[in-house]
Amino acid sequence: MTLLSVRDLEVVFSRRGRRPVRAVDGVSFDVRAGQTLGLVGESGCGKSVTSLAILGLLPKRGVAVNGSVVLEGRELLGLPQEELRDMRGRDIAMIFQDPLSSLNPVLTIGRQITEVLERHFSTSPRDARTEAARLLDMVGIPSAARRLDDYPHQFSGGMRQRVMIASALACKPKLLIADEPTTALDVTIQAQILELLKALVVDSQAALIMITHDLGVVAGLCEKVHVMYSGRIVESADRRELFGNPRHPYTAGLLASVPRLDQERGTPLRPIAGSPRDTIPWSEGCAFAPRCPNRIDSCVGAPPVLLPIDHVSGTGEHDLRCVNPVPVPVAVKVTARRRPTAGIASKTRATRTTRPRKATS
Amino acid sequence: MSLAAAETAEIALETLGEEQAPKGEVWRRLRRNPAFIIGAVLIAVFVLVAIFAPLLAPYSPTDRQWFDEIRPGFVPGPRGENLLGVDQQGQDELSRIIYGARYSLLIGIVSTTLGAAAGIVIGTLAGAFGGWVDGLLMRLMDVMLAIPGLLFAIGLAALLGRSLKSVMIAIAVVNIPLFARLLRSSMLAQRESDYVLASTSVGVRRWRIVVQHILPNSLSPVIVQGTLALATAIIDAAGLAFLGLGSADPSIPEWGRMLADTQRSLASAPQLAFFPGLAIVFSVLGFYLVGDALREALDPKLRR
Repeated sequence: MTLLSVRDLEVVFSRRGRRPVRAVDGVSFDVRAGQTLGLVGESGCGKSVTSLAILGLLPKRGVAVNGSVVLEGRELLGLPQEELRDMRGRDIAMIFQDPLSSLNPVLTIGRQITEVLERHFSTSPRDARTEAARLLDMVGIPSAARRLDDYPHQFSGGMRQRVMIASALACKPKLLIADEPTTALDVTIQAQILELLKALVVDSQAALIMITHDLGVVAGLCEKVHVMYSGRIVESADRRELFGNPRHPYTAGLLASVPRLDQERGTPLRPIAGSPRDTIPWSEGCAFAPRCPNRIDSCVGAPPVLLPIDHVSGTGEHDLRCVNPVPVPVAVKVTARRRPTAGIASKTRATRTTRPRKATS
Repeated sequence: MSLAAAETAEIALETLGEEQAPKGEVWRRLRRNPAFIIGAVLIAVFVLVAIFAPLLAPYSPTDRQWFDEIRPGFVPGPRGENLLGVDQQGQDELSRIIYGARYSLLIGIVSTTLGAAAGIVIGTLAGAFGGWVDGLLMRLMDVMLAIPGLLFAIGLAALLGRSLKSVMIAIAVVNIPLFARLLRSSMLAQRESDYVLASTSVGVRRWRIVVQHILPNSLSPVIVQGTLALATAIIDAAGLAFLGLGSADPSIPEWGRMLADTQRSLASAPQLAFFPGLAIVFSVLGFYLVGDALREALDPKLRR
């Protein structure tokens, strides 16, 4: 069953005196109920803007959003603000990148969670408090009930992200969008948070859109992966297929650039040449062409289209936007990378990041 | 690295990037600041004197029992009976200064509270709505700011008649644009912050975000401004009284008015100008010191 359907989503930022920027350019994808989906790409490829557009959180001034975002048969684009607000948090919730700045420093964390409950379910303050304690306990915060009256600065980074997750899951949304939820965190904590997200998503039957530039995160979490470049999806497939048989040179490049533990010592890192700035507009050909190792003459001129291709490993969908893809017997053999730290930090209830409270006073 | 050192390093790391200093931390920094201690003591003395004036003053401020001793060109100076001397009306100077603290404190608190309240309402409206509401309100504040404060107060006091009430209203009105602009700009900065986006993303209503999230995080510069405004209000009140725009009742012991009254006898009795002046300086200094210390303690950029 399709939960969320995004069709031809287009976001254009325009400022007076400057060329309009097409941040998201004809992005389409579906999310089934309970599915975990990865949206991968470098900074500036439009993945965060896509998520903000789905929630209707982009500023109105100077931003044009076109296309269609349908959640359970209801079109979200163009919905009145009041209805959007009712929907946010209850149907779709979002977790942001930086838990340090995403919590209000002057409010207790208990208040920041009960606020959501009181808003959407008109829960009484007392019940909301009980529920908030349960939620904090669920995300692995030790002695949760006692910590409701603590302020964000009394929590470590990982704990704060747990609080954010608790507040996002408070109303049991059907869809959770996580925008690089682990980027601001310590590597060991990253693994904990991912494990937590994974467990909670399975438990609550919610769908998850994971926005990240970290392929390791995708490998451990997502069933389906969309790779974005310069505002468009360039390749999408299920995780196994994408990691096993990347066909787009950009996907292959991303995978090859991940350092591996089983490499010889001294093997040079293999970054993708150039930077996201070296793109050309999609209307003039493939935006990745200036950085592409497989570039041929037909890359420039006409924009490549996203077409279904043969699924290499088994059956399923595999879409590709490339005129000269990486050949099937993959040049770079990459399997789903396990995060080297996952073994150490798989206990989600580890409390090692909580500082003794004495130290803060 | 020892455990203690590691812990300190961790705390230092954790405090980096925090938007606002936690309450305990602010208090700790204040206590360490000698300027704050001095300022707080000055304010405490000032407030206590104002409250307990009837107990502290040796005589009534309106008792003219030494009037007979006054000759042209001579008023009794400091002596055992009158520690700070006698003023031109034959009243005890010390008692008048002690009672004067009440008026200064009253004018300062009432006018600052009124001005801050109106300024906060206007600033919140401008900061929360933005757009044309913001434009209109801020242009109005600009107009008010364009008129020199004291001049504005003089005009207003003249318009409302000579009374303590009109002095307070005049000073309050002068304070409104200062508070409004400060709060508005502070709110605009907070509006773009991540936690506002985060609470928007879980469907919190706009007005609630303004009142519960943006406003409390924007108030610290307003608190600082409030302390400084108290100091300015005392000076302004003295200034207005000096210019003859204070209360019409000559028996009210108001510091600025006492200064004005000594003009004619400055050569023969300089102490009558000196002591009220000193009272004004010390009370104002107290509020300035505390205000400055508060700003340092609340500003995350200045922390060491």
